[in-house]
Amino acid sequence: MAQRIDVKDLNIYYGSFLAVSDVSMSIEPRSVTALIGPSGCGKSTFLRSLNRMHEVIPGARVEGTVAMDGVDLYGPAVDPVAVRRQVGMVFQRPNPFPTMSIAENVLAGVRLNNKKISKSDAADLVERSLVGANLWKEVKDRLDRPGSSLSGGQQQRLCIARAIAVTPQVLLMDEPASALDPISTLAIEDLISELKASYTIVIVTHNMQQAARVSDRTGFFNIEGAGKPGRLVEIDDTATIFSTPRQQQTEDYISGRFG
Amino acid sequence: MSATSASATASTAPGPDNALRELLTSVDRGRQRKNRTMTGLVWAAFFLAMTPLFSLLWTVLSHGLAKFTPYFLLHSMRNVSGGMDAGGAYHAIAGTLLITLGTTVISVPIGLLAAIYLVEYGKGPLARAVTFFVDVMTGIPSIVAGLFAFAVFAIFFGPGVRLGVMGSVALALLMIPVVVRSSEEMLRLVPNELREAAYALGVPKWLTIVKVVLRTSVAGLTTSVLLAVARVIGETAPLLIAVGTTASINFNLFAGRMMTLPVFIYDQYHQGPARCARNATNCLVSINLDRAWAAALTLLLIVVILNLVGRLVTWLFAPKLR
Repeated sequence: MAQRIDVKDLNIYYGSFLAVSDVSMSIEPRSVTALIGPSGCGKSTFLRSLNRMHEVIPGARVEGTVAMDGVDLYGPAVDPVAVRRQVGMVFQRPNPFPTMSIAENVLAGVRLNNKKISKSDAADLVERSLVGANLWKEVKDRLDRPGSSLSGGQQQRLCIARAIAVTPQVLLMDEPASALDPISTLAIEDLISELKASYTIVIVTHNMQQAARVSDRTGFFNIEGAGKPGRLVEIDDTATIFSTPRQQQTEDYISGRFG
Repeated sequence: MSATSASATASTAPGPDNALRELLTSVDRGRQRKNRTMTGLVWAAFFLAMTPLFSLLWTVLSHGLAKFTPYFLLHSMRNVSGGMDAGGAYHAIAGTLLITLGTTVISVPIGLLAAIYLVEYGKGPLARAVTFFVDVMTGIPSIVAGLFAFAVFAIFFGPGVRLGVMGSVALALLMIPVVVRSSEEMLRLVPNELREAAYALGVPKWLTIVKVVLRTSVAGLTTSVLLAVARVIGETAPLLIAVGTTASINFNLFAGRMMTLPVFIYDQYHQGPARCARNATNCLVSINLDRAWAAALTLLLIVVILNLVGRLVTWLFAPKLR
């Protein structure tokens, strides 16, 4: 159920401001692609354009194509809501629904869409998703407690469980561990390594060690200056990027000699 | 402090550093004085603000309790005249509750939908126009709202018509802007992250609004509706014009005049001391004023009960943290 994504000549705008310019890349199925780069270089914006979350912001739009297995996600008949069911997302800050219990949070993708689900199916889905997010053992005795009663790292894994409960093809993660302590970060990273067996994962991170640890391929975004659009400098196998990058900018950035 | 000087201090002066002690214990008298003065002023302002409130509560209680009896709550003014020690506010209580219910039924959907439009959809000139006109509506004098309802219904039912529902329409005119503005604030408090979380799960926008935004803010919305109800439940002038007065019980919003508590209070007060014959037995000079105070107490209690119900709803639906 993992799909490849081909991005071609993608320009991303906020109103008339060109935020990300001319990105082309292929995202391989069942792999982890990490996007690194300095703040404001457009990597989160690019990530949000992969499941059409970008256009939630008023005035935001894109040019170019994002094709999932050959189907352009920005094609004329494509429903953004249907796209988001196929391409799930985990955000920087854990955001469980505060009015829902742990189990209800996992079922949110089903229940919020007014789909009927039998009690036993629901219990199955909750267990499967929480096991998938490595959270089952910690919460199995308190599934009816509020989601916000968990620690930050647990909340983030709950959000991952919520995202995989709708069985997406692709999972986007926007700095999923940047608000977490090292132990929770490790738990999330282990989880990412497990999840790539069944999902295509794209992760934005500021932490280069993290990119090196979890990803198969790494893309480096950079920006020439304030007000200029962000660009994809290069994308290659993670080992190559971190040992022998083709571009000088990339080498400067990963060796900490940036700017 | 470097390591060498720290160890030097430790070896030569094991006792406390006197200069530092001086620095930490010396008191800025001026600042302390200012602090005490300001604290005193804040308390004084607090008591000043509370005095009228408690004075009002005490006055209403002390005057109203005398006639605040089950008999008063369960009887209308039908066939009560002069200084008879009889009659009550049952018809006015029923009228106030029914008309306010009607007002709420009209105002909450309109106000809430307008607030949802402003927060979730509205942008550009239309949203600015809605906000502007809501602000203008907030300033409508209540008597004008009453005249408006009177004029509108006069077109369809002829001049001189008086119905409970006319009062509801008049009060809705006053309540809608309050509902819009306070609901808008409550909806804006819902973190955008929750909307994005729902979108990312492939939930359409309208379901996100109904099941996430409204559900998360339901406690605040209840409070805002109750505050708006409290704002209009004591209105007198528009009801006097649009609904009129009556001594009888009328449960039908769509037929005939109705009595309401504020109008009842005004009506009783307006009649002043009753004239009693010299040797009349069942006659009280102060009966009209007593009824007015008892009705005022009733109105106050209704508002208190509404607020308590609001607290309960808030407590039941508020997002729980543990």
